[in-house]
Amino acid sequence: MAEIATAGAASRPARSADALEVEDLDVVYEVRGRERQVLSGLSFRIGRGEAYGLVGESGCGKSTAALAAVRYLPRNGRVAAGKIRVDGRDLLAMGPGDLRALRAKSVSMVYQDPGRALNPSIKVGNQLAEVFEFAGLARKESLDRSIAMLERVRIVDPGRVMERYPHQLSGGMQQRVSIAMALATNPALLILDEPTTGLDVTVEAEVLDLVEQLRGEFRTSILFISHNLAVIARLCERVGVLYAGKLVEEGPTKSVFNDPRHPYSVGLLRCLPRRGRRKDHGRLDTIPGFLPLPGSIAQGCVFADRCGLADDHCRAAEPSLTGLGGRATRCHYPERAPDLPRVMAADAPTAAKAPANAKPILGIRNLSKTFMSGGHAVAALRDVNLDLMPGETLGLVGESGSGKTTLARLLLGLTAPDKGSAITLDGDALAAALVGRSSKQVKQLQIVFQNPDSALNRSHTVRGLIGRAITKLAGIRGGDVMARLLELTRVVRLADRYLSAKPRQLSGGLKQRVAIARAFAGDPRVVVCDEPTSALDVSVQAAILNLLADLQAMQGVSYVFISHDLGVVRYLADRIAVLYLGRLMQVGTAEQVFAGPYHPYTEALLSAIPTLDGRQPERIRLTGEIPSAINPPKGCVFHTRCPHKIGAICEAQEPPLTEIAGGDFVRCHIPAAELPRAYRA
Amino acid sequence: MSATATSPATAPGAPSAGSTRLREWGEMLRQLLRSPTFLVGALILGFWVFCAIFGDLIVPYDPLETDLLAVLEPPSADHWFGADQLGRDVFSRVITGSRDILTVAPLATLLSTILGTLLGLVTGYFRGAVDDVLSRIIDALLSLPTVLIGLVALTALGSSNTTVVFVIAFSFAPIIARTVRSSVLSERELDYVAAARLRRESGLYIMLAEILPNVLPPILVEFNVRLGYAIFTVATLSFMGFGIQPPSPDWGLTISDNYGLVGGGYWWTVLYDAIAIASLVVGVNLIADAVQGVLDG
Repeated sequence: MAEIATAGAASRPARSADALEVEDLDVVYEVRGRERQVLSGLSFRIGRGEAYGLVGESGCGKSTAALAAVRYLPRNGRVAAGKIRVDGRDLLAMGPGDLRALRAKSVSMVYQDPGRALNPSIKVGNQLAEVFEFAGLARKESLDRSIAMLERVRIVDPGRVMERYPHQLSGGMQQRVSIAMALATNPALLILDEPTTGLDVTVEAEVLDLVEQLRGEFRTSILFISHNLAVIARLCERVGVLYAGKLVEEGPTKSVFNDPRHPYSVGLLRCLPRRGRRKDHGRLDTIPGFLPLPGSIAQGCVFADRCGLADDHCRAAEPSLTGLGGRATRCHYPERAPDLPRVMAADAPTAAKAPANAKPILGIRNLSKTFMSGGHAVAALRDVNLDLMPGETLGLVGESGSGKTTLARLLLGLTAPDKGSAITLDGDALAAALVGRSSKQVKQLQIVFQNPDSALNRSHTVRGLIGRAITKLAGIRGGDVMARLLELTRVVRLADRYLSAKPRQLSGGLKQRVAIARAFAGDPRVVVCDEPTSALDVSVQAAILNLLADLQAMQGVSYVFISHDLGVVRYLADRIAVLYLGRLMQVGTAEQVFAGPYHPYTEALLSAIPTLDGRQPERIRLTGEIPSAINPPKGCVFHTRCPHKIGAICEAQEPPLTEIAGGDFVRCHIPAAELPRAYRA
Repeated sequence: MSATATSPATAPGAPSAGSTRLREWGEMLRQLLRSPTFLVGALILGFWVFCAIFGDLIVPYDPLETDLLAVLEPPSADHWFGADQLGRDVFSRVITGSRDILTVAPLATLLSTILGTLLGLVTGYFRGAVDDVLSRIIDALLSLPTVLIGLVALTALGSSNTTVVFVIAFSFAPIIARTVRSSVLSERELDYVAAARLRRESGLYIMLAEILPNVLPPILVEFNVRLGYAIFTVATLSFMGFGIQPPSPDWGLTISDNYGLVGGGYWWTVLYDAIAIASLVVGVNLIADAVQGVLDG
């Protein structure tokens, strides 16, 4: 595969040594006595000071590539062939001593979950100082350097943070500390493995800002691994698209994302709910079929089975990674890739709009919830008023800790609200606790949980899981259960052969389909969707979003859709409610909320979303941390971070939720006419 | 998309839920059979179980038959392990001595596991006042040594194998209840329990049909570990005279009858029984280790 090297290197002047050079890398895992090839013929190089992104869905081999790059594969994995050079030194020829020195000095890694990467029982300062001490510095000097390092990752009060334990810091702060540790030795190569995946958009934006700035300061080369294409677009100069252990496309980020030349990249990009795309405009495109098992495709192109353009030639002969002037693609027909036929019909049925005089199906009045935590009252939700119309989707957005999930649990009756709160379903008051609700009310209000692994009992089969819901919720018994079950599985597009499978035998998308079928067993009127796609890959996410939209169009069900992904919310929601510290900050139709005028918090949330086309609008940077709900700021709860704060009134008086346009409410002291307007033309 | 449309009438032919479970147990057994620890443990336990069932048929003498001419005879070609103070053949007694202990100990363990599991499910699932009251009672029971409870109960009720079973079952149940409770506490926070509540399932259904299958692995391990302790406890009680009663050739009982003779140099009356007890406990613990290893992956 000599052409790869030329394809990659031709665009840049030849250098003495790249930060990372991977050549024809084969990695195999031994699973139950059999070898599975996870990476085959992977080649890429990262120049000095360059940021290289590796994207692909889960199971493509992204993390394996990262682990191989520091020779840190799990025990059952090994490099079967190929070369890895870090800073010009052959990694595979190194002895244990050299390897340790390399990991300590030249390569650093930042992982997805900072909470687990930091030792919970050692203070941040000591953990950080350890890195310097290991490099041979004295204790005193190590501590000084640690404080300086924390300052460089923009931690405001480093002296205080040094004395803290990791769990006392927020996720964003923890990730900053991880990055500080990784950069402490000024490594030649920094590997970031999904560093922002568990974080809120605003925090993600901060971390990405930080990485970008530090790159300028440290001249570190970066290998950035993510399933989030927009994050890669934001940060990386070049990108490699990985599919089934093979690099299928590589090139400058802009050209790959704007003009993809491999059908997989094309499909992946189409799965994303792009800016402004809504369910009324038709369904999202998906990629049919499944990722093949590693090493299972011996002949032809690895993507041929799922590719709408594949012909006999593709199935017989494997394309090589061919250069296209500064970029490369592993496709026989790169010029045809952009014309990949759509899988989903672009037009789709839309839900009939509720008549103007329709009564709300769900009414929420003065909903509050106060938890007691260590003697302190924590207001998780304060005086929320919302209506949900039949057939409507209400999007709930906000950072973690804003009360989204509490609201869902209150609606379902899993948690009882404070006195004075009222929830009505179809005009009838709902009892606070689940036991007080009628069976009709219970079956009309169901939920699809965030994590199907937790929501589906792992001891039960798909048949048992859905069948039980049919018996209990739809009241169907005996032989009719099977008929209804088959009807439901057909609606959620779950093949019959999965009926006797247990959840762990299913992929994430299939599990979520089972959960959806279960929620719909008793023909619910309202389904709460609590981040139903956050654990899924983009192509699977697209399919699930399509399914939810289809079900709504068919059955007229209403959704309360909770998500931190504003693109997803925009695609599905008719109205959007923005929560901050348990208070409703803005509520209005999706168009109004996205087009402005905005509440300053909404503005900050929207501007934090990274975009694919790189046309990043002026970022509204939120300063400081989300205040603790135990001791919320006086006056407007957002004033501590608000970029548009107008003065003392914000600190003294909580603004009312004011109607600024028909049905669009904002909780802000700024007069409606002066609220921030559309930040993008 | 993911699922290719298949005709809805193809449900038969798919394996039932029962056979899926069977396959999982089969897979576990296969993994156990690959573990040397398990094989050694199973060999030891299997040997003693075989002896308990068929011992009478293979031993050279009746274990209860006294022979005044052979009193305290050291190991010889006639009496391989020697003879005791009544001239009974030690080899025959050791081989058949597993019978009572291998009935009493597993029965007691099974009973304590069932009791403990129910108690653990109830305290873990309901929490609140139920948990507080039951857990304090459990704590109180746990603070008493098993042997002490045993002595009191056996003195009051009289010694019989049935009493021994109940004494051990009641003193082990709290320990198992604790293990089960902690597993239940983490399970009940999972969303499938909330989903069951949203179907208006009863507490009993949620405990037995939703949670119980997921806490079976730790219960299985606990059963194995407790079985080892139960064997030990039965032997101890018998040694103290409160357990299995004469004329059974039980090991603990035999050691109790004869340990005074060791000082006189008649070691064979005690040593083989002691080795037998030790080997049985070790065998059961090896199995417990292997089961835990397989379940932990």
